[in-house]
Amino acid sequence: MKQNKIICVSCPKGCRITIQSKGEEIISITGNDCPKGIKYAEGEFINPLRILPTTVKVISGELPLVSVKTEKAIPKRLLLKAMVEIANIEVKAPVKIGQVIKDDLIGTGVSLVATRNVKRTDSKHKKF
Amino acid sequence: MKLEYDLVIIGGGPAGLAVALEAEKNGVENILLLERDKYLGGILPQCIHNGFGLQYFKEELTGPEYAERFIAKLNDNRIDVKTETMVIKITPNKRIIAINRNDGLLHIQAKTIVLAMGCRERTREAIAIPGNRPAGIFTAGTAQRYINIEGYIPGREVVVLGSGDIGMIMARRMTLEGAKVKAVLEIMPFSTGLIRNKVQCLDDFNIPLKFNHTITRIEGRKRVERVIVAQVDKNLQVIPGTEEEISCDTILLSVGLIPENELTGEMGIKLDPVTRGPIVNENRETEIEGIFACGNVLHVHDLADFVTEEGEIVGRAVGKFLKRNRKYRSQPIKIVPGDNIAYAVPQHIDFIVPERKKIKLFMRVKKPAERVRINLLDDKDRVLGSYKKRIVTPGEMVSLYLPEILLDDKLKNITISIKKG
Repeated sequence: MKQNKIICVSCPKGCRITIQSKGEEIISITGNDCPKGIKYAEGEFINPLRILPTTVKVISGELPLVSVKTEKAIPKRLLLKAMVEIANIEVKAPVKIGQVIKDDLIGTGVSLVATRNVKRTDSKHKKF
Repeated sequence: MKLEYDLVIIGGGPAGLAVALEAEKNGVENILLLERDKYLGGILPQCIHNGFGLQYFKEELTGPEYAERFIAKLNDNRIDVKTETMVIKITPNKRIIAINRNDGLLHIQAKTIVLAMGCRERTREAIAIPGNRPAGIFTAGTAQRYINIEGYIPGREVVVLGSGDIGMIMARRMTLEGAKVKAVLEIMPFSTGLIRNKVQCLDDFNIPLKFNHTITRIEGRKRVERVIVAQVDKNLQVIPGTEEEISCDTILLSVGLIPENELTGEMGIKLDPVTRGPIVNENRETEIEGIFACGNVLHVHDLADFVTEEGEIVGRAVGKFLKRNRKYRSQPIKIVPGDNIAYAVPQHIDFIVPERKKIKLFMRVKKPAERVRINLLDDKDRVLGSYKKRIVTPGEMVSLYLPEILLDDKLKNITISIKKG
């Protein structure tokens, strides 16, 4: 039997969870304070997923970059590969928060979306 | 230019934004928000990582998205905002002097003021690392602004000093952008940041976190070339013979945050030596009536969600203050940090608690501990309340509600103390 220690990050509490397993089969999950911990530990054991936050180059924006994220979590092992694809993306201002910057990022089926607004350089901003 | 306002908020980060919206909701009209940067949101727009909003919105957002929720609401309201405006003086009778390019010098008379200036990072000078003074030494937050807002990568081979949240987040960020993070060094035997960040920023990328380690020397002519690191003992003194060399071109410092209280100190408001923020009552009101403080200028928070919550407490308190709708206790209750408590906010309770309104205490522990009870004790060491916690660490603020027994008018002190069990 194998033992994996996983720290749950579902909330700031950070429960220390122990998974006992035989091959790919989970025998027991202990140490979680709430049901979220079980789900998290299972996910971490089978296929750990992460949201990828980064930036994309903006053309003629009042800022050179727009912050973006994967709309859903993608497999942890694909993070660096995704960064390579994202490095080649450019987007034209204006960019709206929530706007899809790239769909189906490296074949994951997950979209890359903007997480802020970026206006065009020539646009007059209102109050701020 | 002369102006008059019922409420002036200094700082447009998460604290100031929450105050503005909540004050308006509570009937405060005539609100002015002053921000020195070009945009609202404070530090949030450069915190592009996810993990915001889990407590407040019950969903996971990035920093810019969290900020936008409030900024969008502010746009819909009649709250005056002045950006690129620097406050240079506040007087105890609530006069504010500020400057900006459009208005020049501003003289503002306020009925209430909220201090929401946030905090700044400690630097190399603050911790006095010996060695040369080459380029390539940044605070983690400065590097974060370069990478996430301005589009520059500050270096290629990195050593991070301090395992605070920004340090760990920047270790991941630099790794994702192609830099090599050789180590994160932590002088304490435990991480000072959130567990989530240790897991997702360091463990995920196999970045070594070395506890009980610090930088003893920085070397390099024009640019950083290497650092000498060493192990420290229990008293944080370097153990001779443990020195090793790590070659790198960049050092990121995540060695603590200091509330930005120059304006507060200059007007004579007393600061707490531990939090380095003003001493406040349960309304987050300083010793000058009608001047409030919240967010990182009051004490450094680990979650923006808690900052928002604190800003809302102040927004409601401003509403009550302007309506003169509050009753003082015959004597204040002092909140005293006891065993393993570094500090607690608020530091005293001044008002009679309205029914069914509970007061929330925020506190930080000195050392990590597992399976503990946080006890609230009166002057005769009687337990007023007891709260079980599975784990407490200095990196994660603890909050709890005070029991209603507080209505007892004879109570002078409440001591908070952590015990095993």
